[in-house]
Amino acid sequence: MDPIYLDHAATTPIDPEVLQVMMETYQTVVGNPSSIHSFGRQARKIVDDSRHTIAKYIGARSREIVFTGGGTEGDNLAILGTAFANKHKGKHIITSKVEHHGVLKTCAYLESQGFDVDYLDVDRTGRISVEDLKQKLRDDTILVTIMFANNEVGTIQPIREIAHLLANHQAYFHTDVVQAFGTVDMDVKDTPIDMLSMAGHKIGGPKGIGFLFVRDGVRLQAFTHGGDQERKRRAGTENVPEIAGLARAVEKVGEHLHERIQSSLKARQVMLETLDDEHVDYQINGNPEHFLPQVVNLYFPGTQVETLLTKLDLSGVAVSSGSACTAGSIEPSHVLTAMFGQGAPETKSSIRISFGDAMQEDRLREAGKIIATSVRELVSLGKVGN
Amino acid sequence: MKKTPSQTRVVIGMSGGVDSTVAALLLKQQGYDVVGIFMKNWDDTDENGVCTATEDYEDVVRVSNQIGIPYYAVNFEKQYWERVFTYFLNEYKLGRTPNPDVMCNKEIKFKAFLDHAMALGADYVATGHYARVDERDGKVAMIRAVDENKDQTYFLNQLSQEQISKVMFPLGDLEKPEVREIAREHHLATAEKKDSTGICFIGERNFKQFLSTYLPANRGEIRTIDGELKGYHDGLMYYTNGQRQGLGIGGPGGPWFVCGKDLKQNILYVAPGADHPALYSQGLLADQVNWISGAPKDTVFHCTAKFRYRQKDRPVTVHLLDDGSLEIVFDELEWAVTPGQSVVLYDDDVCLGGGTISTILNQGTDAALDFTDSASL
Repeated sequence: MDPIYLDHAATTPIDPEVLQVMMETYQTVVGNPSSIHSFGRQARKIVDDSRHTIAKYIGARSREIVFTGGGTEGDNLAILGTAFANKHKGKHIITSKVEHHGVLKTCAYLESQGFDVDYLDVDRTGRISVEDLKQKLRDDTILVTIMFANNEVGTIQPIREIAHLLANHQAYFHTDVVQAFGTVDMDVKDTPIDMLSMAGHKIGGPKGIGFLFVRDGVRLQAFTHGGDQERKRRAGTENVPEIAGLARAVEKVGEHLHERIQSSLKARQVMLETLDDEHVDYQINGNPEHFLPQVVNLYFPGTQVETLLTKLDLSGVAVSSGSACTAGSIEPSHVLTAMFGQGAPETKSSIRISFGDAMQEDRLREAGKIIATSVRELVSLGKVGN
Repeated sequence: MKKTPSQTRVVIGMSGGVDSTVAALLLKQQGYDVVGIFMKNWDDTDENGVCTATEDYEDVVRVSNQIGIPYYAVNFEKQYWERVFTYFLNEYKLGRTPNPDVMCNKEIKFKAFLDHAMALGADYVATGHYARVDERDGKVAMIRAVDENKDQTYFLNQLSQEQISKVMFPLGDLEKPEVREIAREHHLATAEKKDSTGICFIGERNFKQFLSTYLPANRGEIRTIDGELKGYHDGLMYYTNGQRQGLGIGGPGGPWFVCGKDLKQNILYVAPGADHPALYSQGLLADQVNWISGAPKDTVFHCTAKFRYRQKDRPVTVHLLDDGSLEIVFDELEWAVTPGQSVVLYDDDVCLGGGTISTILNQGTDAALDFTDSASL
């Protein structure tokens, strides 16, 4: 059987139109956007047009878009950049326990540099409490960074409320939208978000490229030093073909947002129905109301995640869970740990299934049946073993 | 109906060393459905924050891609701690010198890992051990490796019939230099990798320092077998029978060798000269006895035995005692037999099984030495 890819939250296959735009750019654009000759101007136009496309889609100004090397770099630039540029105003930062490591480890680094970081708890659905945030907010808070939606369980945070709460506070508000971007309407015009980081490869775009929206007026310090590209916020020659591809990917999200949501919801429904039909015992880890349609995190009592993932892969179903340590073994997810507590069974027996565009229904059912069979086998082995 | 190789799933434990690499390659060449798995048994982060298993796992990744097999990792830290390391520490507390590799094979590689592999639909598990399995008299027998110098049946003496019936040892018919040569021929990334030495969780570290972080060390006296005070030891657990280095004693009559421990009085006994009778014994008692292909029919029989890894076989007479333990009498006096180590029995090329040495019998030719504690020599 051909393997079935159900790990779109990790990365997505490239969209053929995006690939085409990139191929054309590679083939036809020679210059460096900083060069003053015709070749340079040709490249510069592509970068400017791409920036405009992206800005327009999220309701920003072109100059508020900084191209980055992806989501993690955007998170780093936003957090380190504002922390160091604003430390005279305070050294307190608030984030949550379920952020991506691009945020969490950057905050941990700042703690080592003398900053004071509060990590908000989440409830069992993975949501923070705005009330809790309000209480943790201090006069010397300079940054609040809360992800738009979680990459492991899909829970969407109360971003609008947080943004409005912070509108009258000195603290900047950064949100990581890497996972949410493809299926959530993004608009920074109506929502007072100060910074937003995004990665291209989660929406059919190229890997190694993304952008950071930085609202005009935000004091941000650069961390790559060199040329004056990206208005001195990110030195280095622009990756023109990937920037062109990123813009096309963003544009396509804009054109097809509704269909994307519907197709992910459909895929999710087919998967859950198949598991129901197979009478497999499972629970959904996440929020029943505020969730990304393309991510579903399932707890299968009585299974062991490492065995389940391996078994599924050997049966041709590619899903994931938490993150692997450098020696390959799977560590309990910090997200599930924050939701259910240290050592809770959900942290040991859950997998993430994530969907892409236009998934074939029969293949989804096939995958669902394989998951059901594998779970049943492991549960019965576990019962014998104990 | 017998499965063809391509229908036969073999899950191989890969350590990132040359042996398991070549074992995986050979299985793949034979057409099996090979799955490589790296076991992470010990949580270890060095002073630079680097997990020491990382490099080995990276090698597993590289060679698996070279060979063309899927690879995964599995974490047995908890099982290893509970079933191997705890045993290891307890043995040291009893003044014995345990063999954690024997326990690791019994409890982890051929139990936890075997269970994991079976859950993944394996028909067999394989490892890069130098040993062979074969059918003899309607049972599965463990046979010595062709490479006598590398033969690892000593460490596999605690495996059961059920365990070895699901095991493949692809290297059993090869000499170690051939294994290296195969790795080189196929340009495998681990071809020139140094063989690991020592106990896996201790690695290159200082053994004494490692042990002292887990067990309290009580300084005590070093006495000769005649009772003369020769010096002081750092803790009985740091010493093993026949040991000469690291005693810190000199003087006339030496060199001095460890020949016994008195756990109650915390005394380390030494004897002068390697040939001193106190270093020799006539027999031993062993418990935790395992018979790989079933217990022998006779309660007294003659066979050969090893008391430590890589030792030449010695002729012995085995007496099966009523409680399942063994009394083993040596044909000739044996030097520095050590409690806690395995005694492994062989009938020609067949490894019959083995046990853990609990007591040394008739130490010294005049049998005058009497260290009555269980752990004493």
